[in-house]
Amino acid sequence: MIEMRGVTIRYGDTVAVDDVHLTLPTGKIYGLLGRNGSGKTSLLSALASYRRPNRGTVLVDGVEAFENPRVMRSTVFVRDTLDLNDSDRVRTALDVAGWLRPTWDAEYALKLLDIFELDSRKRVSALSRGQRSVVGVVLGLAARAPLTILDESYLGMDAVARTLFYRELLADYLSHPRTVILSTHLIEEVADLFERVVIIDRGRILLHDETDALRGRGVTVTGPAERVTAFAAGHTVLGEQSLGGVRALTLDGRLEPGEIARGEQAGLTFGPLGLQDLFVHLTSQRLEASR
Amino acid sequence: MFNDRSPIYLQIADGIKNDILSGSLREDEQVMSTNQYAAFYRINPATAAKGFAQLVDEGVLYKKRGIGMFVSPDAPGKLRAARRERFFAEALEPVLDEADRVGISIDEITHYLGSRR
Repeated sequence: MIEMRGVTIRYGDTVAVDDVHLTLPTGKIYGLLGRNGSGKTSLLSALASYRRPNRGTVLVDGVEAFENPRVMRSTVFVRDTLDLNDSDRVRTALDVAGWLRPTWDAEYALKLLDIFELDSRKRVSALSRGQRSVVGVVLGLAARAPLTILDESYLGMDAVARTLFYRELLADYLSHPRTVILSTHLIEEVADLFERVVIIDRGRILLHDETDALRGRGVTVTGPAERVTAFAAGHTVLGEQSLGGVRALTLDGRLEPGEIARGEQAGLTFGPLGLQDLFVHLTSQRLEASR
Repeated sequence: MFNDRSPIYLQIADGIKNDILSGSLREDEQVMSTNQYAAFYRINPATAAKGFAQLVDEGVLYKKRGIGMFVSPDAPGKLRAARRERFFAEALEPVLDEADRVGISIDEITHYLGSRR
């Protein structure tokens, strides 16, 4: 179990993470979603004990994680900066990871480099954005750490490399189950891999649920304005759009099949709301207000 | 493969039921393991497991400890009976609604059905 208890992180006057309480059972793949500046990286830095919270604690299996050697050996945190020497060759970076990590699988690391077609003789400074991300993914996966945290590690990867990454992540998780936390903006293409989703918004946890429970949770109702409004009574409205006499409302919550049938009889049409759209609606009050 | 209209575990369960109804999965035949299923369809294994658990709960699949999951011998019959019960409400009613909207009478529909006999 990984627990955050009242974690607050401040940068001067800015509160990046605001009194977060979060309990994450181990052995699952989590997706952390949030807009730019929502506090994703700060939250992950605290989870990985890279940063001591200004207030609150992070517990891993009941013990305080910060500066705890045992917890740190079994935690890998791959972030944007990669934390490598620019002058090192990729091969050296992997060797260092092997010395530091009891769970490191050197053979698997080489296999991953081969899959992603990255030459291990390259220097870190000579890597493209996408190649840097590949090195991050290799460091993250081959560490086989019980707590694996990957912060937007797909940045700069093309569609093929991202597909390979998701495939490898799932395959390796199936053969070596562990806790994986992945932050991303690209919700649709990776959501099927997440058992649970955590959405952070302005430093607070907006939602923490099974990914599958979010599918079919939102629905868009379109039709003559008056009938749509009447149908929506009693539902939470996430968004709305009007064009002439036609109105489209995005509703939160699952509708009963009978409700949908009655609506369709009244001439309304229903569309599913994808995870990406649900996320956009839940985290974009300003967008809604400005319409 | 999967859509956003409903939870994936329900879509998995429906897909397997369709395979049983169509005969591509036979009585007492072993189904994929949840891990094989997850790897094949690129989904989280817990989601796949939930879909299979639902089918075990409904009696469509049965478990053999340490070996895997199999199609219940009475699954095709039970599934067919359940689908037949829902056929008029779920498949035919929408057709009649559409016919009503575009002004096709019940007589026209029966005439059409007669010609298909």
